[in-house]
Amino acid sequence: MAKLPESIPEIVAEFGPHLHTVPSGGWIRNSHEEKMVKTHCCFCGQQCGIQLRVSDNKVVGFEPWEDFPFNRGKLCPKGVKRYMQDEHPDRLKTPLQRVEGRGFEPIGWEPAMERIVAEIRRIQAANGKDAFAILTGASLTNEKAYLMGKFARVAMQTANIDYNGRLCMVSAGAASKKVFGVDRSANPWSDIPKAKVILIAGANVAECAPITTDYLWQARENGAKLIVIDPRMTPIARNADLFIPVRPGGDIGIFNGMLHVMIERGWIDRQFIAEHTTGFDAVEEAVRKYTPDYAAKIAGVPAEMIVKAAAMWGPAPTSFLLHARGIEHHSKGVDNCLAAINLVVASGRIGREGCGYAMITGQGNGQGAREQGQKCDQLPGSRDISNPEHRKFIADIWGVPEESIPGKGLSAVPLVEAIHDGRIKGLISICFNPTVSLPDANFVREALSKLEFYVNIDFFLSETARYADIVLPGSLMEEDEGTTTNVEGRVILHRKVVSPPGEAREDWKIICDLAARLGQPDKFNYASPKDIFEELRRASKGSTSDYSGMTWQRIDDNNGIFWPCPDEAHPGTPRLYEGGKFGHPDGKAHFMPVEWRPSAEMPDAEYPIFLTTGRVVSQFLSGTQTRRIGSLIEQYSQPVCEIHPRLAEKLGIADEDFVKVESRRGNVVVRAKLVKTIRPDTVFVPYHWPLDRSANNCTIRAIDPVSNIPEFKVAAVRISKVDQPTDPIAMLEVQAGGVR
Amino acid sequence: MTEMQFFIDYSRCIGCQSCVQACAECDTHRGTSMIHLETIERIDSVQTAPQVCMHCEDPVCARVCPADAIKKTPDGVVQSSLKPRCIACSNCVVSCPFGVPKYMAEFEQMMKCDMCYDRSSIGKKPMCATVCPSGALTYTTMEEIQRTRRGIPVNSWKFGGEEVRTKVYVMVPREVERVEVNLVQIETTPKPLPSDPYDIALMLEGVEA
Repeated sequence: MAKLPESIPEIVAEFGPHLHTVPSGGWIRNSHEEKMVKTHCCFCGQQCGIQLRVSDNKVVGFEPWEDFPFNRGKLCPKGVKRYMQDEHPDRLKTPLQRVEGRGFEPIGWEPAMERIVAEIRRIQAANGKDAFAILTGASLTNEKAYLMGKFARVAMQTANIDYNGRLCMVSAGAASKKVFGVDRSANPWSDIPKAKVILIAGANVAECAPITTDYLWQARENGAKLIVIDPRMTPIARNADLFIPVRPGGDIGIFNGMLHVMIERGWIDRQFIAEHTTGFDAVEEAVRKYTPDYAAKIAGVPAEMIVKAAAMWGPAPTSFLLHARGIEHHSKGVDNCLAAINLVVASGRIGREGCGYAMITGQGNGQGAREQGQKCDQLPGSRDISNPEHRKFIADIWGVPEESIPGKGLSAVPLVEAIHDGRIKGLISICFNPTVSLPDANFVREALSKLEFYVNIDFFLSETARYADIVLPGSLMEEDEGTTTNVEGRVILHRKVVSPPGEAREDWKIICDLAARLGQPDKFNYASPKDIFEELRRASKGSTSDYSGMTWQRIDDNNGIFWPCPDEAHPGTPRLYEGGKFGHPDGKAHFMPVEWRPSAEMPDAEYPIFLTTGRVVSQFLSGTQTRRIGSLIEQYSQPVCEIHPRLAEKLGIADEDFVKVESRRGNVVVRAKLVKTIRPDTVFVPYHWPLDRSANNCTIRAIDPVSNIPEFKVAAVRISKVDQPTDPIAMLEVQAGGVR
Repeated sequence: MTEMQFFIDYSRCIGCQSCVQACAECDTHRGTSMIHLETIERIDSVQTAPQVCMHCEDPVCARVCPADAIKKTPDGVVQSSLKPRCIACSNCVVSCPFGVPKYMAEFEQMMKCDMCYDRSSIGKKPMCATVCPSGALTYTTMEEIQRTRRGIPVNSWKFGGEEVRTKVYVMVPREVERVEVNLVQIETTPKPLPSDPYDIALMLEGVEA
């Protein structure tokens, strides 16, 4: 019974999102009672150092941490206001149970856990182990990510565990692994200002990774040229030496076209290619037809832009390539990344100071959370769940028979499809808000309402938690301790700043309790997250993402340690591939030829416009946290549809008009924002808002065949002017899905 | 110790509003932000510009204040109006060449950027210039800014006939010595506008749909 127990406005009235605008204790501070705790931001993959101000076991403010080397005190608006999620009126402080017609009512931990265990046993006995699934998140610490993977395989014995990193880093990770044999940014950020040309593909750095901006501008101060590829002129694109307003889904045209020109003009490093790579012949063959004119037709830009990009990138002495979701959120996301990486490897400019490659990790632990074994196809240490040796190694660490570890399960989108068609009947989720973050949101809501039993672990009642039978109050990042791995591959330590309020518990304690009740007390007998880390170290030993030489103490003493770090005397590895040695057994980089193909859904007569989606600087992911912070909602209160004046004029739309953006799957009604900084064939709607304000009502449930990432960046829509909606959802506060 | 100075580099600004959010967090600002982030013309460009108080050597706001409510500290920081003296005339608001002071009815006084005086007076950086992720706002030494930036800092302004020197510097191209803001005669027949450098439709002219 995972249907909404009462109306949405009724649930919102009780559980929010409400806005928190004043720190605990007010603005006038009682400074003598305060302490400062050095820790990290809970939000994006930059994982900035920050100090939280604590008074009487309450977080009451922040202070920049200027000595932390990555961000040196710098913060984005989310980091500045992050502390406002503490002492929040919406905070869940007791377990809740769904009561039909009445909403959610408190229940004790004991009856809640008993009911969960009984339902897991019932559903698994009747339908098989895999009928109960787990969805997790990439904002979890390494320790919790490790624990969730082990919980699924050992305590639940279900194959079906996947995580919301499936919406984030999987295309980049798969491509990097194919070419380099390792899934990690290749360089520390300190290499960026040393590069003489920087290519940024599909990354709205200013809004999604703001701290990286200073590294880019510092490179420009040092004389670097900046190339930005994006359908929108983002704040960093404004300052680019070359901005290429690519058509959504046309990126391969630019990359292959650039490589075509580089080969033709001799701007590749033949010696490096011969000594350190394989497969270049096939790539050379593949890009032969990508003349600037041919490539430009695919990319939807003038051919001379591609030639100019090749002329900047090709002969440069040093270079750095960064990409993010803009090229990754596609049904060809892996191929897009491969085509981009080919430009790096062909230039031979990698594994040296000022020469490198990085994917800009989106989520807080986007890097670490994909290494510790909570992906449907992975075991800890980025190990392959289908590889018998890898299975044996982890089975020994866990003290279980190898054959008891389930095989590869379903990834996030097929997993939700399996819920929809009844193959999966039970679900535990933590740190995931799929009704906002997955594509085709109407389908996702329909799927959730079909579950026989659903447990949601979270600190606020997210839009997804409204479908739960039991909600367990977990912990905020600052209410627990553990490590994350930042965008550079630097493992850092989050300190416990305060204790969970009321009856809320640290997430790891909830999971270990559940595992014990499911009959595995000995295998989940940890005294602390540090205990879990000690096991994680051993489980990662000898793997590509080797943490075995790290201790929490060493991490703390060194402002983080980069993996691999194979022994306690090892300093860690900030820069990968030095000396042209790559991660594959043959030590070489493996070129992969790429051919462009259309997106799953291209505009046509009925739905003639491209919709692309993304983020804004003041909101984070599905907004569970940031839509509860007053000043962040004030900064950007509701989603708008960015539309070029030429397209708007054709459709009779003026600035601020309400418009319905409609695809074959659903629609979103928002205000129009006329901007010349977007392609006239494309509109943009940010995705952080729920219900009728969810851009994901329109996006398509098409996934990349290799990475299974959804195609958030391309959907075909039509747009029409409408009246201001006045239905009950529209009348909600903006942070809850209303519109003004 | 070398003196710390405040530098603005408008070209670096990404419009993220970290400065606006952090300004409100300074202990003495107590939830009220006193920095302005200007969006130039969103329809045309993503250009934004942060505006702190420039802390003029001879502040016009103080000169025009009939109640003598605006004071400068010995180290050159111009403060918000003294609340008991402020008569809400808003002379300061209209006279400031940078558009900085704002009369805040809620607090019954003119309030403006005070360079986080509680922080900067004891050697700490102002909040905005500490958190700014783009380096558009920077609080550092003259030596350091000259070492790390292509442009040069200037603090000399000319508004028509009025010359102003400020404590805060702005970064400008190397050939610029002074920022000159002149009145423009509006012509009866407007000249054609220059080509719009940020209009993507213009960049894509001739490209097949």
